[in-house]
This record gives sequence, C-alpha cells and structure tokens, in this order.
Amino acid sequence: MANRQIGDVILDVENISLRFGGVNALTDISFNVREHEIRAIIGPNGAGKSSMLNCINGVYTPQAGSISFRGQTFSHMNSRQVAKMGIARTFQNLALFKGMSVIDNIMTGRNLFIRSNILLQALRLGPAEREEIANREKVEHIIDFLEIQAHRKISVGQLPYGLQKRVDLARALAMEPQVLLLDEPMAGMNVEEKQDMCRFIMDVKDEFGTTIVLIEHDMGVVMDISDRVVVLDYGKKIGDGTPDEVRANDEVIQAYLGTSH
Amino acid sequence: MSSQPQVNLDLTRDPTFPRLLLSHARLRPTHPAYREKFLGIWQTESWADAAKTVRELAGGLASKGFGRGMTLGIIGDNRPRLYQAMLAAHALGGIAVPLYQDAVATEMTYVLQDAEIGFAFAEDQEQVDKLLEIADQTPALRHIFYLDPRGMRSYDDARLCFIDELLETGRSFNQAKPDYFDAQVAMGHSSDVSVILYTSGTTGKPKGVCQTHASMIGAGRGACEIDALSPADSVMAYLPMAWVGDFLFSMAQCLASGFTVNCPESRETVSTDMKEIGPTYYFAPPRVYEGLLTSVTIRMEDAGRIKRKMFDYFMGVARQCGSNLLDGKPVSLGQRLLYALGNICVYGPLRNTLGMSNIRVAYTAGEAIGPDLFRFYRSIGVNLKQLYGQTETCAYVCIHRDGEVKYDSVGKPSPGVEIRIGDNSEVLVRGVSMMDRYYKNEEATNEAFDAEGYFHTGDAGVIDRDGDLRIIDRAKDVSTLANGKVFAPKYIENKLKFFSFVKEAVVFGSGRETISAFVNIDLEAVGNWAERRNIAYSGYVDLTGNPAVAELIRGCIEKMNEELSQESMLGHAQISKFLVLHKELDPDDDELTRTRKVRRGFVESKYAPLVSAIYGGLSEQFIETQVRFEDGREGKVSATLKIHEVPTFVVGKA
Repeated sequence: MANRQIGDVILDVENISLRFGGVNALTDISFNVREHEIRAIIGPNGAGKSSMLNCINGVYTPQAGSISFRGQTFSHMNSRQVAKMGIARTFQNLALFKGMSVIDNIMTGRNLFIRSNILLQALRLGPAEREEIANREKVEHIIDFLEIQAHRKISVGQLPYGLQKRVDLARALAMEPQVLLLDEPMAGMNVEEKQDMCRFIMDVKDEFGTTIVLIEHDMGVVMDISDRVVVLDYGKKIGDGTPDEVRANDEVIQAYLGTSH
Repeated sequence: MSSQPQVNLDLTRDPTFPRLLLSHARLRPTHPAYREKFLGIWQTESWADAAKTVRELAGGLASKGFGRGMTLGIIGDNRPRLYQAMLAAHALGGIAVPLYQDAVATEMTYVLQDAEIGFAFAEDQEQVDKLLEIADQTPALRHIFYLDPRGMRSYDDARLCFIDELLETGRSFNQAKPDYFDAQVAMGHSSDVSVILYTSGTTGKPKGVCQTHASMIGAGRGACEIDALSPADSVMAYLPMAWVGDFLFSMAQCLASGFTVNCPESRETVSTDMKEIGPTYYFAPPRVYEGLLTSVTIRMEDAGRIKRKMFDYFMGVARQCGSNLLDGKPVSLGQRLLYALGNICVYGPLRNTLGMSNIRVAYTAGEAIGPDLFRFYRSIGVNLKQLYGQTETCAYVCIHRDGEVKYDSVGKPSPGVEIRIGDNSEVLVRGVSMMDRYYKNEEATNEAFDAEGYFHTGDAGVIDRDGDLRIIDRAKDVSTLANGKVFAPKYIENKLKFFSFVKEAVVFGSGRETISAFVNIDLEAVGNWAERRNIAYSGYVDLTGNPAVAELIRGCIEKMNEELSQESMLGHAQISKFLVLHKELDPDDDELTRTRKVRRGFVESKYAPLVSAIYGGLSEQFIETQVRFEDGREGKVSATLKIHEVPTFVVGKA
C-alpha cells in the first residue's frame, strides 16, 4: 500500500568521526537516507547509534566528516538550525516536561512557528490569540492522529510510559518535520504497544510523507517496517542495505544478530 | 435554504421519523440537535442543519440507486452523521440496519447476508477493512460510504466513497430534482418498518427484529410523556447503535421530543465528555453505576480524615431523607436544612465529579440491581429509575414513574402497553411497541406471539399489589414446589446475595416440600466481621464452621424470609434450612460458569449427600469433595457441615 515512492537522497552522512577523549564513538561512518523511506540504524549497545543521531541533530559536533541535507552541506549542525530545516527527533529517555499537560507539551513543538513576542502572548492580544488558535488546531490534528484525545489535559508525568512515548512522538510531529529521527521508540513497550507504535510510524510516513530514521533493537520491527538498514558496531559501519541483505551478512550475524534470522 | 415542504406534517395519525425531523426543522430550526467533538471543540448542528444534511445524504443515496424497501447498514461508534444516514434511508422509504461496531468480520457476514444489505455507512478505516474482508461473501454490498478519511488515501476499491463526496453528489441531485425528497417522505407510512435490530442469538442464529416507525415513535413518545422530555433536554449517545436502547433514546425519543444528542469523542473520553456536556437524561447498564459507586468509595477511603468524616456524616443524612425528598414525600424542616448543607458540601460536588449535575432522570435496566445502588444514587439526588423491555418491544414495557420507585420492581406498564402473567409465570405484553415480525422468519414470529396478540417475553414475573411488575427469573428456570406453588430459585438467590456476608447461594426446592440453601460466605466481609468481634479463625474452612458465623447467616436468611413473607406472590418461598459450604463454588470445579452463574444441576448432583441430609432431616453431614487447585493439581477437601434451621414467617396479609 506504499503510495509514497522512495525518492532521492535527502540526508547524506559522509565520513563522520566522533571522539570523546580516547574513545572513538564513531569512526568514518558514511550512509545516506532517501526521501520517504524508513531507515533503521541497528547495532549492539554502545555501537554509536545515538551518537550518530546526536550528530545529525546538532547535539554533538563530529571531529571529521560532513552532513548534507537537501544538497546543503554542513561540517557540523546547529540544533536550532536543524530544527528549522525540518529535522525533528524523539529521545530514548523522553525529554518531556513532566509537570505540563499533554497538550502543552505538544504545543512546545510549535515553538518555531510562533512569532508573537512574550508580551503579546501574556496578554493574549489579537495576533497572539489568532496564532495560538491556528497552532492549537494543528496540534489537535496530531492528537487525533495519535489517538490521545482522552489524555489531553493530564500531566505527562502521570501517564504510563507507552503513552509518554506517544506524546514525545506527537511533539516531534508538531514541528511538521521532513525527517524524523526516532531514538528507540519501542523501548520498554509490550507487544501490543509496539504494534500500535509501528502502526503510527507507518501512518506518519503514509500520511505526511515524512522520512524516518529509526534506532531500534527489536529485530522483528526492524525487518518488518524498514526499507533499508545500517548496522553499526563499535563505532564502525559493518552493514548497509535492505533488511534481507543485512540479515544474511556474516559480519552482522557475528556481531549482533547471533543466529541467522 | 430548501423549498417549503409540501409534505403532510400531520404527526398525530401517521408519524414517521423523517416527518418528525422536518417538523423540528420548521418549529425550532436553530435549536441544537446533534453535537460532536471535533479537534477538541464541541461542534453543534441545529435541527435546520441536520435536516439539510439528511436531504443531501438522501439525494446522494438516491442518485446511487437506493430506493424504497432497501436496507442500509450502519457500522461505527455513535456519530451524528450515522444517525442522519438512518434518517436519510427513512426519507427514501428504506430500513436502517445498525451493526455492532465491535463485531468481527464473520459475525457481520450473517447480518449483511440476512438483511440483504447493498448500501452501508462505515465510520472509519477499521470498519471498512472488515467489510472488505468479507466482501466475497456479501456480493450484494456495492456501496460503502466512510466518514473518517484517515488512512483511506491508498484504498482504490470502486465500492468506497467518502461521505463528503456523497454529500456533494446529493446536492447536485437535489438541484436537478428538487421535489424528489419531499415526494419520497410523503410516501412513507408509520406502518413501514424503520429498523431491523438483530438480537444476539443464544440459541441458533440471531433474529432480525423489525420495528416500524409507529412502534418506535410510540415507545419514544410514551417515554417522553412519563418524564416530560423536552427540546431542552440533552443526552449522551455512547451505547452501541445496534442496541435497541440506543435507537430508542437517540433516535425515537430524540425525534419525538426534539432534545439534543451528544456524541462523545471516543470510547476513552466518555466520562470526561459527560462532565463537559452535563446531560439531563442518562442511561447506563447497572455495572456502570456500580463502577462509579466503587470508584467513589475507593477515592473516599484515600481521603483525609476530615473529608471522610464529613462524607460519612452527610451520606448518613442522605440515606435518611434523600430519596424521600426526591419522591416528594414529607421531610422535616431540620432534615431539609441538613440535606441542603450536605448538598453544598458533598452531594453537589459528588454529582459534579460523576458528570451528573444536570441529570433530571437517569435510567438503568437489566439483571438484579442491588437496592444499595438505587439508594445511593437517589439519596444524593440522582433520580435513578428502572425500565424493562426487550428488542422485540422497543425496550418499552414497564417503567418507574417519578415518586413511585421501588427498588425491587421494574415499574408499572408504560403508556400504551398492557401486561399479563401467563402460564409458568411468564410475562406477556401487548401494545404500541410490539415488533412487526422477525425478518424472514415466520416460524419464530408465530411462536413469539399468541392468539390474542400478546408477546411472550420468556421472563417470569409477578405483579405485586401496587401494580408494579417484578421480574423473577427466566421463565424456563422457574419450577414448582411439591405443593404446586411457584419456585424461582434465582430470585431467592439474588435476594440472599444482597447481604454483603453472602457471596454465593444455591437454592433447592423444585418438587420438594420445603426450600433449602447452600451458602458461600464472603471471606472479606465475614472475616472483617469476625475480627471486630475477636473471633479467631484459621482460614476459610475454619471460618465457615464457626457457630457464630452460622448465626450471622441465619440472621440474614431470617430477615430475608420476613421480607418475602410480606410479598403476597412469593411469600411461600422462604428458606427453612441452610448450611454454610466449606469451600467456595468455583468455575475451575465446574460449579459456576465462567461468567459466575451457578450451575444448579451440577451442584445438586455433586453435593447430593448434603441435599439428602437436609431433606432427610439430619442435623449434620460429612462431605468430601474434589477440588482443582489453580495450578491444575487435584485434591480433596472435607468437612462435617451442620444443617441449620431458620424460622419462617406466616405470609403477610396483602
């Protein structure tokens, strides 16, 4: 049912190396991501997957290499710039504002779209009010999309873990991203929750045409929903291709998969 | 807007749903008819808007070939557009067939085939997927209209059509043929079948109950009359559309009175939506009311000391005079003042949390509803009443009138309905709300009605001296004692289970001289009771053998006997002997079904030695029974049970 054809390369990571003192987190990593595809990054813990995402996101500055997004090349990314360009992410350990309600958390994702200054907003004057309504409408569409209407006004801290992850995803979607970086979105979920999350991820791709880069440990999920897979091990790339190609790769099997899947 | 209807809107003699709709559109065009939450905001549709939508839907359906006598399938959660689709079908002389949205694809196949459904409205992708799954078994289904476009972009099945497109087609059709709609509405009669509701078949296939406009509107109007329902009222439509009750409330009563139907956002948001809407008229099955009461009790146990004391005190006040105030019975000034104070401190906020602040009248129906439940809600000012009926009678047979709410009856016959008790204590009904027939099942229809036109409900009941109906049991479970008097075991068992100390009870007496009972005590309740009296016990079996516990249970049964003696119809059904079982009846031992209904026959044979001891006049009996432990191992439990006598009372003067 894929009606969004996978397009050209939208994100290109070239020869990225990242060091923390003596530890080589990433060594000469290169791969690309095509538009509208789901690209999985897999590998054992400590392989450098989150570090890779952090480089793309602008959290870490790599010592070498460059990242291209839609033809523009950067030696290092700036977080704010990255967000403005249309790359959003979720976090492995969530980074939600636990005391705020679900709807407020998702509204923070609209931050870059809101222009009025703090005074106008505080007094809810004309333009600020209109902006609030317009952004609220967008957020409501996302709430409807992820089926969390029942929890709109509840403090995020009170929600079960699976729902918090959905709110995290909702906040990322509120940025109307072109590329979505998902850091272990299924961690800590049971089978049913994972199925729901998979469904939402696929719906996001179908509905909004978002390109998705996904770090995930559940091999079933990875093999099922990703179009192409990158395998990292000890900061090095040891596999790159379709799920079937990667599955049969001996080095990948030895390092990570264990037995042939 | 639309042209003035040439439709005869004489609603007294020949009412139909579409004519009622047009009359509301004329009399109160701006009054809210339907509400639905969209993007977190309640959107209101007035009667004029609703009528316009129905016209457009009808135009769309007509352009696609929907005509008189055809059936329209409806599958989804409660949505205004689905109710309006039903009205559109009615306008064109068609019949609505709502299906259960939770049904699996195979369950839906039977209904789609039996009702020969060619056109259907499905709420969303989930329902559409189910329909497409069984498509090859339902070749007649050529048109599927869906309401929610989410996820539907990649579907290219020719049968599918988005509702907005259908509305557009309808507008064009109506422009080309402006008189078509009104002409079709004029051709409808109240004797036409308006809806086919399939009853879940416990024996064999589900049967399609055909209800006409007349029977449904009659039932709707009757209920509106009893509770003075008006356009100012407001209900929550959250119960399945395939259930007769929802059709009665959200369709028949809505169109009879003109009140507003509010559809919640989703199943999970029903309680929050209820607080936002504050309906004035509400229905829920007993377990919903029980669940709310339980949640209140639990929350109160967590509350601080002062709040708890305040709650307990004012609930005591409510128990004394609350329902009397509601019934309009005399209450002293002092009590009134206390109650008013309680209203500010406790009952008002409580009703608010439950979403019941605006409720003028609340109904429930179904299995044995504990008097405690009634007492609780009525005492805090919620006018909870009961009603009784079946799918075959539009859920309209008996109803509680205001001020005449008895906890153990289902009320007096509703306007337009008469009841009679037939053979085997079966309740027979005749009147305005009778079904037309079972769809394509002449045999079953003939069996259901007798020569005088009474419908056989299959329930056993008695009419007490106030004229109220009491439902005892399913007719087939009722038998007689040796002296020929009626014996309904479940009725007595339910009465016993109202005592918190009794967890389960099995009553014997069919064909015998006297009635006896096995009792399972409730470990928590009785354990608590024992601890407070410093009675030591070493476990369930030990507790059951304790003479003080036997006395406690005897007291309960004696009280029940006394109550029964006041009832002229069942006064003879008092328990004379009982024993406390040493082990709890358990589904794992096949003594109860998985839904915790007693398998009386099995229990009687398994515990045969006990039964013979009771009727043999013995005072105690040793018994050893097989049990299956939770891990599957089998074992034996044995005890010597004492048989106790209970005083019975002379049946009171009527």
